[in-house]
Amino acid sequence: MGAFSTIGVFCARSLLTAWISMRALRRNAMRSTLTALGIIIGVASVVTMVAVGNGAQARIEGQVAALGQNMLMIFAGSRRAGGVHGGLGSARTMTVSDALAIEREVDHVVAVSPEVSTVAQVAANGRNWSTSVAGESQDYLKIRDWKLSSGMMFSEREVRSAARVAVVGSKTANELFGPLDPLGQSLRIRNIPFVIIGVLSSKGAGMGGQNQDDRVVIPFTTAMKRLTGEKFIRSINIQIESSAYMESAQQEIGNLLRQRHGIPTGREDDFNVFNQKEIADTVGSISRVITLLLGAISGISLVVGGIGIMNIMLVSVTERTREIGIRIAVGAQPGDIRLQFLIEAVTLSLFGGALGVLFGVGAAHLVGMFVEFVPVVSPGSIVLAFSVSFGIGVFFGFYPARKAAALDPIVALRYE
Amino acid sequence: MSPPLIELRGIEKTYRTEAVEVRAVRGVDLRIARGEFVAVMGSSGSGKSTLMNILGCLDRPTGGEYFLDGEAVSQMKKRDLSILRNAKIGFVFQSFNLLARTSAIDNVELPMFYSQPLVARAQRRQRALEALKKVGLSDRSGHHPSQLSGGQQQRIAIARALVNSPELVLADEPTGNLDTRTSAEIMGLFQALNEAGITIIMVTHELDIAAYSKRVIVMRDGRILSDQVNETPRHADVEIARIDREEREAKLG
Repeated sequence: MGAFSTIGVFCARSLLTAWISMRALRRNAMRSTLTALGIIIGVASVVTMVAVGNGAQARIEGQVAALGQNMLMIFAGSRRAGGVHGGLGSARTMTVSDALAIEREVDHVVAVSPEVSTVAQVAANGRNWSTSVAGESQDYLKIRDWKLSSGMMFSEREVRSAARVAVVGSKTANELFGPLDPLGQSLRIRNIPFVIIGVLSSKGAGMGGQNQDDRVVIPFTTAMKRLTGEKFIRSINIQIESSAYMESAQQEIGNLLRQRHGIPTGREDDFNVFNQKEIADTVGSISRVITLLLGAISGISLVVGGIGIMNIMLVSVTERTREIGIRIAVGAQPGDIRLQFLIEAVTLSLFGGALGVLFGVGAAHLVGMFVEFVPVVSPGSIVLAFSVSFGIGVFFGFYPARKAAALDPIVALRYE
Repeated sequence: MSPPLIELRGIEKTYRTEAVEVRAVRGVDLRIARGEFVAVMGSSGSGKSTLMNILGCLDRPTGGEYFLDGEAVSQMKKRDLSILRNAKIGFVFQSFNLLARTSAIDNVELPMFYSQPLVARAQRRQRALEALKKVGLSDRSGHHPSQLSGGQQQRIAIARALVNSPELVLADEPTGNLDTRTSAEIMGLFQALNEAGITIIMVTHELDIAAYSKRVIVMRDGRILSDQVNETPRHADVEIARIDREEREAKLG
């Protein structure tokens, strides 16, 4: 007999054994389903949890990216007055000339926007609204990677001349004008009249959950001169040419500011630098850990499901001792019996795995209806959960199958 | 003369447990030719069951040699013994040993699942039906064991034993769970099969049952005590007629 036909015979024999296994499982349909339930729940929770984790991760990363492209933010330190510390950006140390110096002296800086910010009552179209007013440079939108939905941004000349022009956020525009077009309309900020020249596109909630669309952006010169009356600025937004220069630029800016503010080495800085890339990396790694954790916890339930399969298979071997004895007596080889029970276990776990994937995808969609982000079912998690459930079937089915195959037919035939 | 179907030379079987050593079979020499119908008798503990297990290739002797159809089987591997059992031996048990919740015909088909070469599905069906016909139960093929009487269940078991056309049928107390009349019917079936050329070895402790065979071996303490040819086997037809007559009389009386 050639090797080819030997393999053929082996395959055909395995098919017959598989058929015997299927019949045994069908005969105990209820028990088979309940046994598979452990795997169903395990696989479903892995798929769902990983989908939820991925969705949350994508959402958070999206928010970090929405901060802007290759952005550095420099905040003035906190103000200290009689032992009381103010918030970040409250110290009166950073000036517009600091911002100009950065733009002039630091390599790979593409754009700089000194920022002052205040909360003010704005009025237009017979309505009024309390919103945050930000004074920025003409490059602000470019740094923040923010588009206008209509109109245009103010120009460098308007910044230099401290023009009373304003770009409004979509929410603010909606609150004040409703469906009307705000372009060219007059807007009063603390009773000072401005002309609306642009409307920002909607950006959604920011990192801290505040609505970024509820704001008015005006030239920082105008804000300092007419609204805050301050010489100092709260922060500087800086865009770097590419992410490769982020660190070196951060270093240079730090040195420059320490020098300008006369801070000797070893003394604490009076400013803080936030690196958008660092934030993104940190947030990314945290959310990856969370996804992994969710997956691992649901992985435990998969293992529990596998133990359930082993338990039932062991019971089944004991219960069917006589059947095994009969099969061996009429000519089943130990390998046939082992294969039969192994196939039963693997079928249970694969059946559970398939249903689990279906339920998992369904559950992920269900979760998506109740949370703000969209769970992302990754094909990887499906393949993983499926192959793990196959592995569990083999692993937890092997011992009972071996036990069945090792039965002595004489003892098994007398088993009551 | 063709070689005997079964030849045992100095067969021994010793079970060793921690403390005791049980010599169940202590040197048995035996030759059984094709076409014989042998009854093995003996009290419990005489070693007859152990001998049957060895004859049926379910167990291996600890000493001696066993040739089945010319093949030395004493030292065969488990796997080869399975192949041998499947091809050459049919088993009939006292407790029938049918698969519960499995139809009669599926029970009869069982040995063919493990046959080499493989048996195609249609052929399995056909051969199972033929075997059922031989035992007179072709109209019960779809019934489950629980829906059948003891005698019918034993017939299904016999059909299963016959389905692979074995050289040898081994029966272990085949009538132990049956009433007198049904026992006589089963013995009639055995006699018919024996007429058709199948060798039958049957373990029993009932003289009434042994009387149907053509040769009676009595065992005691692991050895053969006597080995005699039964010149006048009992005929099942005659016996059944007698039982019927007695039953009628009992009712009349």
